[in-house]
Amino acid sequence: MAVTQLVGAKIHRREDPRLITGHGHYVDDFLRTGMVYAAFVRSPYPHARVRKIEVTDAAKAPGVVAVYTARDFKSVITGATHPATPSFVAEKKHVPERRPIAETEVRFQGEPVAVVLAESGAQAVDAVGLVDVDYEPLEAVTDIEKAIKPGSPAVHEGAPDNICWDLAYAGDDVTAAAFAEADVVVKERIHQQRLAPTSMEPRGVLAEYDPYDKKLQIWMSSQGPHFIRLFISGALGLPESNVRVVSPDVGGGFGSKISPYPEDYLVAAAAKLSGRPVKWIETRTESIQNTTHGRGEIFDIEVAAKKDGTLLGLKVTQWLDCGAYTATFSAFQPCACLMAGGAYKWKGISARTVGIFTHRVPTDPYRGAGRPEATHLAERAVDLVAREIGMDPVDIRRKNFIQPQDFPYTQNFGLVVDSGDYDKSLDKALELAGYKELRQQQADLRKQGRYLGIGLSTWIEICGFGPSAATAPATGGIALVESAQVRVLPTGSVIVYTGSHSHGQGHDTTQAQIVADTLGVPYDSIEIRHGDTAEGPAFGYGTYGSRTLAVGGLAIHMACRRVIEKGRKLAAHLLEAAEDDVSYEQGKFMVKGSPDKAKAFGEVAFASYGAGLPDGMDQGLEATAYFDPPNFVWPFGAHICVVEVDPETGSVDLQKYVAVDDCGTVINPLIVEGQLHGGITQSIAQALFEEVVYDPESGQLKTGTMIDYAVPTANEIPDLVLGSTVTPSPSNELGVKGIGEAGTIAASAAVINAICDALSPLGIKHIDMPASPDRLWRQINQARATAGNGQKGVKA
Amino acid sequence: MKRKVSLTVNGTRREDEVEPRLLLVHYLRDVAGLTGTHIGCDTSQCGACTVLIGDKAVKSCTMFAVQAQDADVQTIEGLAKGDQLHPLQQAFWDEHGLQCGFCTPGFIMAGVYLLSQNPNPTDDEIRKGLEGNLCRCTGYVNIVKAVRTAAKTMGGQTKQPQATAATAGGD
Ligand code: FES
Ligand code: FES
Repeated sequence: MAVTQLVGAKIHRREDPRLITGHGHYVDDFLRTGMVYAAFVRSPYPHARVRKIEVTDAAKAPGVVAVYTARDFKSVITGATHPATPSFVAEKKHVPERRPIAETEVRFQGEPVAVVLAESGAQAVDAVGLVDVDYEPLEAVTDIEKAIKPGSPAVHEGAPDNICWDLAYAGDDVTAAAFAEADVVVKERIHQQRLAPTSMEPRGVLAEYDPYDKKLQIWMSSQGPHFIRLFISGALGLPESNVRVVSPDVGGGFGSKISPYPEDYLVAAAAKLSGRPVKWIETRTESIQNTTHGRGEIFDIEVAAKKDGTLLGLKVTQWLDCGAYTATFSAFQPCACLMAGGAYKWKGISARTVGIFTHRVPTDPYRGAGRPEATHLAERAVDLVAREIGMDPVDIRRKNFIQPQDFPYTQNFGLVVDSGDYDKSLDKALELAGYKELRQQQADLRKQGRYLGIGLSTWIEICGFGPSAATAPATGGIALVESAQVRVLPTGSVIVYTGSHSHGQGHDTTQAQIVADTLGVPYDSIEIRHGDTAEGPAFGYGTYGSRTLAVGGLAIHMACRRVIEKGRKLAAHLLEAAEDDVSYEQGKFMVKGSPDKAKAFGEVAFASYGAGLPDGMDQGLEATAYFDPPNFVWPFGAHICVVEVDPETGSVDLQKYVAVDDCGTVINPLIVEGQLHGGITQSIAQALFEEVVYDPESGQLKTGTMIDYAVPTANEIPDLVLGSTVTPSPSNELGVKGIGEAGTIAASAAVINAICDALSPLGIKHIDMPASPDRLWRQINQARATAGNGQKGVKA
Repeated sequence: MKRKVSLTVNGTRREDEVEPRLLLVHYLRDVAGLTGTHIGCDTSQCGACTVLIGDKAVKSCTMFAVQAQDADVQTIEGLAKGDQLHPLQQAFWDEHGLQCGFCTPGFIMAGVYLLSQNPNPTDDEIRKGLEGNLCRCTGYVNIVKAVRTAAKTMGGQTKQPQATAATAGGD
């Protein structure tokens, strides 16, 4: 098989046959002998004291094996649980200790207070209803604006002001000159509503403890089984080597299956306590209530610009709703501040992030994690300025873009943007969308009192986390590099173990494409394995932050190169040639200049297990590599959204969506397109439909089912028109970047910009998300009332 | 108290003693051992549990197993004939109509029903026809494409999903 033949090809996924025939292996599909089912007793209150828990009736119920409360777990969960990494906020004012089960006080609705084990799932659920918990409801605060007001109930004693962190990355001194020179200053408050990640497969854990060997095995729907092993072994006081975590087929994660959850510790501990394998599968309501939420922020921004459209300064304050605890990676989301400048040059950016406790489930990364927020605010900021000075949104972007000759470009916070050509993707998107014609059409429709809007998002992102120097401090010590091990079997077929984890991204296919090209062996002779801590390198870092290809792919590439190096030494020995004279091409080791003197890869593999190896060489042909990237990677693109808003109902007709994205070298275009489709859809969903809503008075979750939490159906999403440009990343040998989050990072701004553009004749400048018919209708009516002419510009 | 239920699952006659409250989806997964039918919600919104009963697509979380007495149930496992994928399965593969695959069995079963009712659907009809199923990964673009492709492969001549599976796989 020729080199570079497979990279770039539309290879159909090798994981699909089992999935389309119903033979996937998700956690709920596993059974163990003697297995019991767990169900959780959860607090119905956002804040309450737990006076007493009476379990007698529940314990006697049919099929019940055990009922455990916090006290029972004390002997088993002996170590710390729920680490909170520093991420982008190394110094936090207060990180409360978090235990997986509440003993005396509950701080969010859904927090577990007891666990029931029963012979069947239904019996466990029945018995949950028989556990009698005596709660004393306490005053709760479920809104960040209220939480920081003096006199608000404190979520934790140690933080009477409810502030978890308050950090200025850069103060206003940095922006003073820019604002002094400004002709225009615009201000806006931008809400990022709480979102429920809603992978279609909810979370699930199955744990089995062997008391004789003192070994714990866990099957779990997770994006990073090695991290889970690290956390759970520590909490249960077991050597890391005695715990095995298997993440089989995982039905989506979107960031919500990275951090450890209470149930992960409790199910494992319950297996140890009861001596029975324990399975727990989250219900959808439990998922919306207890799986960490994404976003949950308010941004206050101020933008300074000249009247010719030159951007000067940006001030950003991020108010982040941490929820009741600091989730493991919630301090990642302040990266929104560091990326707030977007694709543009600024004289100065000042940024402050404030993390705030509330009586709600914690927030944590959700697809994009901080970067969608950054794009949204940067793209809104640029549009607000354009509107203020009467400039076309295209022109203001072009005027301020970082230019191709500027790369590598050190942006305001010292991050080095490795490459880009922002005009190029914008040009292509404008052409695909037919921008000029759209503007004409808009003008024509406006005359008829119709509201067509065109929105742009010229987004960039930082991904491929990441260089050890930057990430080890951010996680509290573990550098987010990636590992791979390549084993060549005697007959020349290859098994690759990778520390990344696929939960829908098709790694088995794309990683095999990379191996096929690097090693020059047939695609079908390559097996890719991941998701089992008992296999492969000592540690795997998992999949999130669009890192698998740009970090994990390179680790695989690197391990393959090491295999070739050993093979070359051996081939030289077998061919009686000098090592430097032996080259490797298309699956063959050849003596330069005498092509008939060659050894096929398989022959060398077989020989490596035999006798007569060169002095000092041991048997076998395998290599392990950990790849530490020199920089992050920086995808970018241009999205254009076209909507028509019906002013009478406030409903949005999403008529066209064009996306031109650049993720560097493409391994498999089919998969890149799929990632974009899904990512864009999730971001459109944030812009138009989804929001986790709590009742402001009672703090009760109001969107606890899929009836109320509006995940869009096929009927709400238009056909998406995709284009691409290719600017290989200079940061790695394959020229690759990431694409898993790009669509989500880009789209919400395009949609909201389009709606604001549509409604600009009414004087509407800003719309919050989700732009539901209800919200738009109110805003339109208000705008009409303010204009003092209810029918101005509107069709009769 | 358990009750007897007898039904046909993927062409095989079964008789089991089940609790009256057992949902059909749990029967299929836990009693019949057919785990290809998935559970994605508690409120019959997601469609991950869709199966065919007779010639109708049914969300198997919306009925009790005992209500399936004498029914002819087909699950995702019964759709391919040996190695021969159903054209819709093939189309999901070809068009990259799945990512994590969790929603996929439900979509395929709903799609089989859709094509049995409307062998040549427009994109709009496909989108409306699949409204009862949720996917979080694909943005539906390639799912719609897959149904369109399968409609073409199947030549638009089918009304019976099972007949479809038997006759149209060879394209
Ligand atoms: S599980 Fe049946 S519709 Fe969701
Ligand atoms: S493929 Fe993951 S939910 Fe549809």
